[in-house]
Amino acid sequence: MSTQPSAAVKTERLLNLVICLLYTRMPMSKAKIREVVPQYGATASEEAFDRMFERDKDELRDLGIPLVTEPLDAFFDDEPGYRIDRREYALPELSFAADELAVLGLASRAWAQASLAGPAAQALRKLKASGVERDDASLIGIEPRVRTAEPAFEKAKKAVLERIPVTFTYRAPGSGEGTTRHVQPWGIASWHGRWYLTGFDTDRGAPRVFRLGRIEGEVATAGKPAAYDVPVDHQPRAMISTMVVERDPQPADLRVRVGAGHSLRRRAVNVDDIDETWSRVRIDFTDTEAFADEISSFGPDVVVEDPAELRDSVIRRLTGALDPLPVIEEANK
Amino acid sequence: MNAKRNVSESATSRLSRLLTMVPWLLKRQGVEIAEVAREFDVTPAQVEADLALLFLCGTPGGYHGDLIEAEWESGKVFLGNADTIKRPLRLGVDEALALIVGLRALAAVPGIGERDALVRALAKLEAATGSAAAGSSRIQVVIDEGTSKETMALAQEALMAHRRIHLRYLVPGRDESTERDVDPMRVINFDAQWYLEGWCHRAGDVRLFRFDRIESLRVLDQDGTPPADAQPRDLDTGVFMSRADDQLVRLALGSGAAWVSDYYPTESIEPAKDGGAVVTLRTADTAWLRRLMWRLGSQARVLEPADLALEVQQGAREALKAYGTAPGSTVPSG
Repeated sequence: MSTQPSAAVKTERLLNLVICLLYTRMPMSKAKIREVVPQYGATASEEAFDRMFERDKDELRDLGIPLVTEPLDAFFDDEPGYRIDRREYALPELSFAADELAVLGLASRAWAQASLAGPAAQALRKLKASGVERDDASLIGIEPRVRTAEPAFEKAKKAVLERIPVTFTYRAPGSGEGTTRHVQPWGIASWHGRWYLTGFDTDRGAPRVFRLGRIEGEVATAGKPAAYDVPVDHQPRAMISTMVVERDPQPADLRVRVGAGHSLRRRAVNVDDIDETWSRVRIDFTDTEAFADEISSFGPDVVVEDPAELRDSVIRRLTGALDPLPVIEEANK
Repeated sequence: MNAKRNVSESATSRLSRLLTMVPWLLKRQGVEIAEVAREFDVTPAQVEADLALLFLCGTPGGYHGDLIEAEWESGKVFLGNADTIKRPLRLGVDEALALIVGLRALAAVPGIGERDALVRALAKLEAATGSAAAGSSRIQVVIDEGTSKETMALAQEALMAHRRIHLRYLVPGRDESTERDVDPMRVINFDAQWYLEGWCHRAGDVRLFRFDRIESLRVLDQDGTPPADAQPRDLDTGVFMSRADDQLVRLALGSGAAWVSDYYPTESIEPAKDGGAVVTLRTADTAWLRRLMWRLGSQARVLEPADLALEVQQGAREALKAYGTAPGSTVPSG
């Protein structure tokens, strides 16, 4: 396993460019850069060099390298010069105690299965460059793991950080149809194991909370960065916990086979035995689809008597399990 | 993250690694190549290729004395003449974010140990990251205790005092309530669920118990030190562990059931059209799979083994009988 030759040449060129621009105290002209970075000397024409250099500059900036453009001469600003600000470039000298590095390691590993796994690991390596080894014996008592299974996570996070208006198709709870929403994202939070987006819904003219898992397809950009202000002290968690009000619980009457349905019996309001085979279990629920998921998983051991909406949802799942969609059959090829 | 970098690594992602690797190596002269590979999650061959590339780079001039010195023939790495890049690049937005959001989430857990270290680390990190962390307060991870607070406190107490515990535990996959003695090993939070990991005397093996399924927990007046060979499982391969001798199952998933491939450890995933997939996984117990299939309804089908597919159908047919719904009759969809 090795990097492709052309990519290796490019890495070498970029690294030499970084070193060269960090090394120089005065801004350096393009002509000088072409002269001292060996891989540029090999480019055929002035135009080819220009194009390559422009692209390289952009890529270094994308990596977060503070490449600055300054006039070469204070009196004549017609030709720009380039350098990398050393102080802006370097991670400040930080020294972490062993127990601090242990908790930083824990924070980094929390993302091990999420889309931020790479940056989290890279951040920890940078901090460890100061030389202290982590003390793994340190015991915090818990090991958390966060996941970002929702495809919308990356785009939503970026929109929150850069304050970019977005638009997406959203399937609201209780309705099958997706609707197009326009949102100015404020924050994003994982709450009870699910990611939520908070923001201002410009169609409805009010703040709203969206579950990322209910966003269908792409989150599309609908404006420029820093296009709006986020309320000062906005706390996604607080907004989510007040706005994601589950609907008022309603009772369901179930028939549950004796010796089965333990998790249902545990939280039942009331359990009566009907005969030797069945118990009648009354239980409160809020989300019909989620409760139908749970009930269906008991197969023939649990039967919904009431309400009808829940009953239909369960029947739909069981019928589906008998006869899955044709599209699934195609996957079999 | 165990994935080794692939062949088509981009020049910038390699550059980013090199700029982190140089400061790290400068502080660890004589470190083994294998250790560098582990730390940077690449193969030893890639480490050598990286060193060979560094060796060709240096300050303008291109003379011998301008180049980075790298020595690794002995299998130990020595690096020199790299002063311009001896400090790591500042943390990028995502890097700062991951650590700061992670630390804040930990700090907000009630009753956590090492709170002092958390607060110190967070303060240093926030001071050092400056504007990169500007939006981080708007990204939050909430690790809450749910309803199992008292059970968790008891388990932690037993863990600290090395006491054995007695559990009444609900095995939802089999819809069955069980009794067992457990030597606690640690408490973990995974996907917002709390688990107790411990040596289970009933299974003769390490097991994970979800706190919200513990029906009762009693601390016993007995030593609860787990056997010396009891290994906590690697959380990053998922909490659901499979073994090589488990049964192989193939499932076809529709787009509405695609989450299954993220949620359970799979041996392979072949994406199908319309966002679905065909996945294979290994499991010792197919009861939970049957239940999963009923729940997924039309969104999933068992391809193999055939007897499992049949069990799913039979169970669904039997369940529908109770509703007086004959298979094939029309049911409202949506």
